[in-house]
Amino acid sequence: MTDHDARIIVIGAGHNGLVCAAYLARAGHEVTVLEAAAEPGGAAVTREFAPGFRVPACAHLLYLLDDGIRKELALDKHGLRMARSGLVSIGLDPDGGHVRIAGASVGGVADADQEAMQAHHRRMRRFAHIIGRLHNRQPPRLGTTDRRDLASLARLALDIRTLGRTEMREFLRIAGINIYDVLQERFENPVLKGALSLDAVLGTFLGPRSNNSVFCALHRLSGGGDYALPAGGMGAVTAALASAAREAGAEIRTGSPVARILVDHDRVSGVELDDGEWLPAAKVVSSADPRATLHGLLGARHLEAGFAHRVGNIRMRGCAAKVHLALDGMPEFTGLDAAGAGERLLIAPSLEYVERAFNHAKYGEHSAAPVAEMTLPSLHDDSLAPAGQHVLSAVVQWAPRNLKQGWADARAAFLDTVIDTMARYAPGIREQILHAELLTPEDIERQFRITGGHWHHGELSLDQFLMMRPVPGAGQYATPVPGLWLCGAGSHPGGGVMGSAGRNAARAIVGSNRE
Amino acid sequence: MRTVRFDRRDHYRHKVFPSPFHARQQAHNELKVWSRWFDYLSVPAYTCAQMEYFAGRNACGVFDLTPMTKHRVSGPDALPYLNRLLTRDVGKIRPGRVGYSVWCTDEGQVIDDGTVFHLREGEYRICSQEHQIDWFLISALGFDVEVVEETHDVAALALQGPTSCATLKRMGLDGIENLTPFGLAHFDFQGTQLMVSRTGYTGDLGYELWIDPGHAEPLWNRLFEAGRLLGIKPMGSEALDLLRIEAGFILAGVDFMPAQQTVRPTHTRTPFELGLGWLVDFDKPVFNGRRALLAARERGPRYRLVRLDIEGNKPAHHSYVYSTRNKNIGWVTSAMWSPSAKANIALATVAAPHGEPGEEMRIEIYYQRELKWSRMMASARVVEGAFYDPPRRRETPPLDH
Ligand SMILES: Cc1cc2nc3c(=O)[nH]c(=O)nc-3n(C[C@H](O)[C@H](O)[C@H](O)COP(=O)(O)OP(=O)(O)OC[C@H]3O[C@@H](n4cnc5c(N)ncnc54)[C@H](O)[C@@H]3O)c2cc1C
Repeated sequence: MTDHDARIIVIGAGHNGLVCAAYLARAGHEVTVLEAAAEPGGAAVTREFAPGFRVPACAHLLYLLDDGIRKELALDKHGLRMARSGLVSIGLDPDGGHVRIAGASVGGVADADQEAMQAHHRRMRRFAHIIGRLHNRQPPRLGTTDRRDLASLARLALDIRTLGRTEMREFLRIAGINIYDVLQERFENPVLKGALSLDAVLGTFLGPRSNNSVFCALHRLSGGGDYALPAGGMGAVTAALASAAREAGAEIRTGSPVARILVDHDRVSGVELDDGEWLPAAKVVSSADPRATLHGLLGARHLEAGFAHRVGNIRMRGCAAKVHLALDGMPEFTGLDAAGAGERLLIAPSLEYVERAFNHAKYGEHSAAPVAEMTLPSLHDDSLAPAGQHVLSAVVQWAPRNLKQGWADARAAFLDTVIDTMARYAPGIREQILHAELLTPEDIERQFRITGGHWHHGELSLDQFLMMRPVPGAGQYATPVPGLWLCGAGSHPGGGVMGSAGRNAARAIVGSNRE
Repeated sequence: MRTVRFDRRDHYRHKVFPSPFHARQQAHNELKVWSRWFDYLSVPAYTCAQMEYFAGRNACGVFDLTPMTKHRVSGPDALPYLNRLLTRDVGKIRPGRVGYSVWCTDEGQVIDDGTVFHLREGEYRICSQEHQIDWFLISALGFDVEVVEETHDVAALALQGPTSCATLKRMGLDGIENLTPFGLAHFDFQGTQLMVSRTGYTGDLGYELWIDPGHAEPLWNRLFEAGRLLGIKPMGSEALDLLRIEAGFILAGVDFMPAQQTVRPTHTRTPFELGLGWLVDFDKPVFNGRRALLAARERGPRYRLVRLDIEGNKPAHHSYVYSTRNKNIGWVTSAMWSPSAKANIALATVAAPHGEPGEEMRIEIYYQRELKWSRMMASARVVEGAFYDPPRRRETPPLDH
C-alpha cells in the first residue's frame, strides 16, 4: 500500500463529515477533511451576524444527536455542554391562549385533549422508536440473499410485528399518510393541532395535508423528542466533533473547496481543489449533498445514465428560511411570561393556517402568513448577545428555493412579512430590532453549498428513505464508482444534527476494507 | 415531400403520417394494403412479397426507410456522449463511416440496436428500431451535446441487391463504386445534399439514401429511371424481413424484447445473450451497463440467440426448441424457407448452456394444410454466421451484376 492508498479524503466538515472522519481516523485511517468554508460545522455553526450578536446560522435546536456518538467520541470532554435541555414547545395563540407541550403532557387545552395527547404521544414515541432503531444501521438492500440484508429486513419486520396487532395496524395505517387527518381524528384545540402539525412539516416541501407528513413527524421524534440548546450555539457541537476528529488523528483543512472528484478508469483517484491542487486518495467520502457530489463534483458523465438520472430526480427543493434578529431587550409575547419566552415557540395557530402557508410554496410563492419555530438562545446562554440584549433565531416557512419572482426582489418584503407575523404575538418586537438577517434557501444553498438549501439534503420521505436514500444504487453509502462514498444528510437516515449518516458510512467503509 | 408540418399546432390530429414517398408508393402499391410502422404508413408488399424478395437478391429493391427512428447527435461532447451511451468504442468509427451497436440499461440489458453514422467530424446520426429520444436525452445529462430526433426531417430509401451499385452509377453518383461497406459519402442532388451509405438490412450489396423530404419524390423518380433496365422494383416490409432473416440480422421486438418495454426481468437480454458480445468494449471506463455486464460476463449467459439450420422445408414459425433429450429449451423467433441458401432457417432463443455452434436440436413444427393442422419434429443444427452471404456484399468496387 502506498501512502495515498491509505489516505481517505472527506469532503465537507459538516457534522456528518466530522463524525465520519473521527470514526475513520479511530479505525486507523489517514484522514484529511476538506472544508470549503473558513470554519468547520457546515449547517451546524454559530456565526456572528451583527457586531456582538451570535446565532446558530442554520440548525438551532439539538434533538437527534445520537447518544452513542456523543459517548464514543467523548464530545462532553471535547467541550459540548447544553445551555438548556428539555425545552417545552409552546404553540402561540395571537389571543394569548398558548398551548404548552412537554412530551405527553399538554397545558392550556381541555381535558379531552390532554387525555388524547397521552395516547397520541405514547403511540408516536413507539412508532418513532422503530424508525430510530434503523438510524444506526446500514439500510438493507432489497432483492439480495446477503445474510446481513435479510437479517436487517427481518428485524424491521419483527419490530413492527412486536407492536402487537392493533398497534401494528395503526402504524401501517398512519406511517404513509398525512398529519392533518391524524390530528383531526384525535384533537380539538386548533392551536395544539397547528403546533403538532408543524413538527411534521418543518424542513420539508409538505403541508399538513401532504402524505408522508406523519413519517416526518416520526423522524423528528425518533431521537426521543428532547429539544436542547447547546451552550455556544449549534457550532459547539461541531467544534467538539472537530476536536474529537483531530484528536483521533484526522487533519481538517478549512478554506479548501473541492472543485472536482478525480477518477481514473472508473475508480476514484483523488480530488482537485479550487486552487488547482491535486490530492490523491483511493477513497473519497463526501458529506456534500448527493446531487452536488455526483453531478457537480464527480460529473454525471462518470455515472451510468439511469443512475445519474435518478440523482437528478431527488426531490430537494428547500423551503425553510432562517431569520435572525438582534434585539435591544427582551421581546414580550402577549400572554407569555419571561420564562416562557425561553422555550421553543411555534407560530402555527391552526391546521388551516399551516396548510394555507404551505399552499403558496406549491405555486412558487412565499407564504403570506408564514409559520415559524423560534428560539431565544441568549436567554440561556450569555455568550450570544451583549448583556441586556438578545438574539432570536427562527426557522420560517415556506420560502421556496425557486421563488417565481426571484429572491432578489422579494427578500425585503418577505422579511417584513415575517416580522409582521412575529409582531402579532410580540407586538413591540419591531421596535426592538437592531439588526435583522434573512437567509433564504438560496442563501443557504450558496453559503453552505447545499443544493436547494434543503434541510435534509433531499426530501425525507418514504420513497427517499432507507435503501432508497438518496437513490437506489447508493443506499449503502457506497456509490457505483469504486472508492466514492457518501456520508451526509442525503444518505440514510437523513438530516438533522444526528451524526448517524457519518458513522454508518465510516462503518461501511471500514467494513469494505475487511471484505 | 413533407407530408406533415410538425410546427403546426394541429399536427397531433394526424394519427399516422404518409411518408414523403407516399405518392410514389401509392402508384406502385397494386395490392392496396398499408401497414403501420410507428408514425408512418408503410407497404407490406406492393405486388408480391416473393417477387420483391427476388428483386432484392437478383436485381435491386427499393424500400422506404423513412419511418426508421433517426437521431442527430452533435456538439463538443458528441463522442464522449456516444461512448457512454453505446457499448462499443465509437471513437473507432471515423468520419464517413458507419457502425452497428447496441445500447443497454444500467442493468446491462439491451434497449435497442442500431447504426451510428459519423456524418462529419463530431456529428452523428443514430438510427434505431424503437423510439429512443427519452433515453437519449436522459443520457445527455452532464454532456455538452445536442440530441434531437430527426425522423421526420430525413427521407430515406434502401436500395438493396446486386444491381444497386450500377443503378447509382447510372444516376450519376460519381465514384459510388469506391464506397466500401459501412462507408458513407455526400453527393449533390438537384441542389440539395444526398447522403449515401453502403449499409442495409439484407446482407447483400446495397446502399441507403438519405435526403431532405422536399426532395423525396424526385429522388425516387431518378432512381427508378436509372434502374429501369436493371430490374429495379419497390420492395415492401415482408420482403425485407425475409432478406434480413437470411442475413441473420435480429430485430428488436421480434428476436428480443427491448429492455424498457419489458416487465418480467428474465425477458430482457444482455448483448452476450444475443450473440453481440463483440460489440461490448470493456476498455472504455464508463458506459451504460458496464458494471452489470462485467458481472454478467463472469456469470455467463442465461440464454443464447442461435441460428438454426432445420431439416425439411416447413418454416418453423413460432416453434418450440428441444434438446436431443427432448427437454424444452427455447423457442423460434424468426423462421423461413430460404430460397437463396436453399435451407430451412430460423433464429431462436435457447437457454444456456445450450446453443453451442454445431449443437443438434429438435424443433416442433406445426403446419396447416387446407385447414388441417399437423405437427412434425425436425432435427436442426446450430450454425454460425449469415445463412446467405454473397461475396458481392464486400466487393469494392462491386462488379456490374
Ligand atoms: C434552515 C435550516 C434549519 C435547520 N434547523 C435544524 C435544527 O434546528 N435542528 C437540526 O437538528 N437540524 C436542523 N437542520 C438540518 C441540519 O442543519 C442539517 O441536516 C445538517 O446540518 C446536515 O449536516 P451534514 O453534515 O450532513 O451536512 P452539512 O452540514 O451541509 O455539511 C456539508 C459540508 O460540506 C461542505 N462542502 C460542500 N461542498 C463542498 C466542496 N465542494 N468542497 C468542500 N466542502 C464542501 C459544506 O461547506 C459543509 O460544511 C436545519 C437545516 C436548515 C437548512
